[in-house]
Amino acid sequence: MMIPACRLADLPRGEAHRLDTDPPVSVFHTDDGELFAIDDTCTHQDASLADGWLEGCEVECPLHASKFDLRTGAVDSPPAKLPVRTHEVVVEDGVIHVRVSADAPNLPPCVAARLAGGSA
Amino acid sequence: MRTVAVVGASLAGLSAARSLRKQGYDGRLVVIGDELHRPYDRPPLSKEFLAGTLGEADLSLETDDEDLRAEWLLGARAAGLDRTERAVRLADGREVRADGIVIATGAAARTLPGSEGLAGVHTLRTLDDARALRDELARGGRLVVIGGGFIGAEVASTAYALGLDVTVVEAAPTPLAGPLGARMGDIVSALHVDHGVRLLCGVGVKGLSGERRVDAVLLEDGRSIPGDIVVVGVGARPCVEWLEGSGVELDNGVKCGADGRTSLAGVVAVGDCASWYDPRAGAHRRVEHWTGARERPDAAIATLLAGGAVEPGVPRPPYFWSDQYGVKIQFAGHAAAADSVTIEAGAADDRDVLAVYRRAGVPVAVLGMNQPRLFTRWRKQLAAAGS
Repeated sequence: MMIPACRLADLPRGEAHRLDTDPPVSVFHTDDGELFAIDDTCTHQDASLADGWLEGCEVECPLHASKFDLRTGAVDSPPAKLPVRTHEVVVEDGVIHVRVSADAPNLPPCVAARLAGGSA
Repeated sequence: MRTVAVVGASLAGLSAARSLRKQGYDGRLVVIGDELHRPYDRPPLSKEFLAGTLGEADLSLETDDEDLRAEWLLGARAAGLDRTERAVRLADGREVRADGIVIATGAAARTLPGSEGLAGVHTLRTLDDARALRDELARGGRLVVIGGGFIGAEVASTAYALGLDVTVVEAAPTPLAGPLGARMGDIVSALHVDHGVRLLCGVGVKGLSGERRVDAVLLEDGRSIPGDIVVVGVGARPCVEWLEGSGVELDNGVKCGADGRTSLAGVVAVGDCASWYDPRAGAHRRVEHWTGARERPDAAIATLLAGGAVEPGVPRPPYFWSDQYGVKIQFAGHAAAADSVTIEAGAADDRDVLAVYRRAGVPVAVLGMNQPRLFTRWRKQLAAAGS
């Protein structure tokens, strides 16, 4: 599934844009000018990685200390233990698109329970 | 270096063990822990674990496929450090000889004198503490929390959500004035009152009453607060008694350089027991924060493996978080250094503020309540200003 995110011109370097998909996905524009998309929710607890600390190709969860590699989704340290999904980013006519992964997301227990309950 | 002993098996000890392997140490690694549990995460103990929404398996800090090639000596309490033999002596008489030693023995909850052996009185530091308290809270009743600091406030918040009748007693005129300053301490501790939790400030505790089980908390002004369960949240003391006479210099914990080195070569200290030199503050600081226990071992291990021949980097400003009554509270920096505090976003009445602390106009600390995005920006700015 290919989803338009925002215009490339509207996403400065060092910033992130969150898509209201379910679960949400975020596009990060690194200081080096690369674009990456990953699941927006930290796998430890309900926090938006788009609100986090972006440095190089890593984003640190805004609440606790886990960092996720934007290229692979891998997590470096606790409290999170599971990686986030990564998604393909395509820029067409100046618009950023995200091709959402078909893999199952790794969501924190509280969010997974909410989605399973269908009341998201 | 052929053997490294890590004394302490919680977050700081585990982070040190991980740093050793990550930084290429290939020798024998012994991790000594006085509890029987493998490393577990403490922040949820006063929140999700106490509330019953996270189980013990969720607290584990290790991942399923992790192999640190470590020997785990659990249920083993360190009793002494022999500098000439370079050995850690254990309470059961065993000895672990090591070329490198990482001290990560943490801190223990302070208790109320005279409360020993009285049922219904709890402290909250370990998984076993949390199990016992969770089981009691599940029965309901009246809870009195002694101490309006973060642990006390989190327990009060969790117990309130579980339906208990809760009173918080704080000796200082304003809770959290130490870490947050009086004005912001007022705003954050107002969360109790918003939810109908009684908050009694500026009054000390004289003692507890009850025969075999506590039935009330007696205040110094003569009042008696009835309670079926009492939680004592009055801070922690560093677990360093075992180092007395070892040659490791102690001063409110293990006195360390800005890279974790102690007064003994080949010995570093990390986590809640360690008082690191803070170049920003120009003083030694014992910082009991999760983030420090997670991040500082990287620097301490670099120092240990290099024999002290590395230049310490400037650490990020201290950071901690708390969750109370559904509000995410975040703080970074040093409030005590500030001469002004301004609310830059949100409103105190809405309990969703972003406040910046400044000294001579320069930001030295930042507080967020339900403001994670703005908070992260300010926290980055603080870190950049100090490096």
